[in-house]
Amino acid sequence: MGEVIKVGMADLKTCLVPNTVTTLGLGSCVGVAIRDTQNKVGGLAHVMLPDSTAIKNSHLNVAKFADTGVAELVKQMEAMGAVRRRMVAKIAGGAMMFTMQSKSETMQVGARNVEAVKAKLKELSIPILAEDTGLNYGRTVIFDPETGEFKIKTAGKGDKII
Amino acid sequence: MGDLNLEQVSTQYMDVLKELGNIGAGNAMTALSQMLNCKVDMKVPQVELLEFKDVGAAMGGEEQVMVGVFLGVDGDITGSMLFLVEVEAAKHLINKMMPGMAQPGGELSEMECSAMQEIGNIITGAYLNSLAQITNLMIIPSPPALTVDMAAAILSVPAIEFGIYGDNILLIQSQFFDEVEIDGYFVLVPDIESYGKILSSLGISV
Repeated sequence: MGEVIKVGMADLKTCLVPNTVTTLGLGSCVGVAIRDTQNKVGGLAHVMLPDSTAIKNSHLNVAKFADTGVAELVKQMEAMGAVRRRMVAKIAGGAMMFTMQSKSETMQVGARNVEAVKAKLKELSIPILAEDTGLNYGRTVIFDPETGEFKIKTAGKGDKII
Repeated sequence: MGDLNLEQVSTQYMDVLKELGNIGAGNAMTALSQMLNCKVDMKVPQVELLEFKDVGAAMGGEEQVMVGVFLGVDGDITGSMLFLVEVEAAKHLINKMMPGMAQPGGELSEMECSAMQEIGNIITGAYLNSLAQITNLMIIPSPPALTVDMAAAILSVPAIEFGIYGDNILLIQSQFFDEVEIDGYFVLVPDIESYGKILSSLGISV
């Protein structure tokens, strides 16, 4: 059994076999798991917001945004020997945690996060093999770069592997 | 307020929010005590500016199942507010309000959710009222929404709003107790346009 590497909110980590990588309690944020199917270099990003270009801030935490977070994870994986054309992705999260009467932009941020992650992965030509996104509940995810299994646990809404 | 420096926001403004948080939490506890018709003691609220990665750990772990009551804020300032409490503590509060209603263990029933929504409404209403009085601003809360889920998942909602301005979240932990100790958490997130309004209403020049 390897180590379980923990990824916080607005954070990203790479991961080598036999280790696994996890992030706890994804809400409207999105967990993006990527691996190289051949040499099994993997990684997980926990992104909070869709678009870094919409924010005026010189001290950017790249892991916070879908566009820069996915790009940075791919870059770090490439530095560890992963090759982009062999990479595949699985994504989870992007829930709408509260159902409000006014459908404000904030409430839709989960869906916008999912969209932004998909757009970035498409731009990088990384296929999405599976996803468990949207709905109204939180998810804990555990990614195993060896098998590509993406385990999803919830509070009272069942567990699954995608 | 488009040019408001983010560094200023994270220092001066956070200090002001901290103080408002202290007062707000105090008022919320008074309201709770009146509603439950019993004495509710409260410790001095802990106000913490946490990095996102430390948020979950601060309330007993990211996966700690909690009840979250969330509402939008409108009027002179706009934004949102969240009140969080552990499930067992929520059941205790529900039983105080409507004796015998809440069953220990398991999830919240529909009736329990409805009762908790009302408790959350009163607590957050008192909190926002005190903020409105101090700042002399009109603050209109929206009807609250409730969810029971992992702490980190619930907190992702206000964290994302804080995330637009920085990498920290302001958490007010107010520990209160009657027979049992209850940890409640408040998170108040005004939109960036409201920052200046709150500061200037308190006589602080930006």
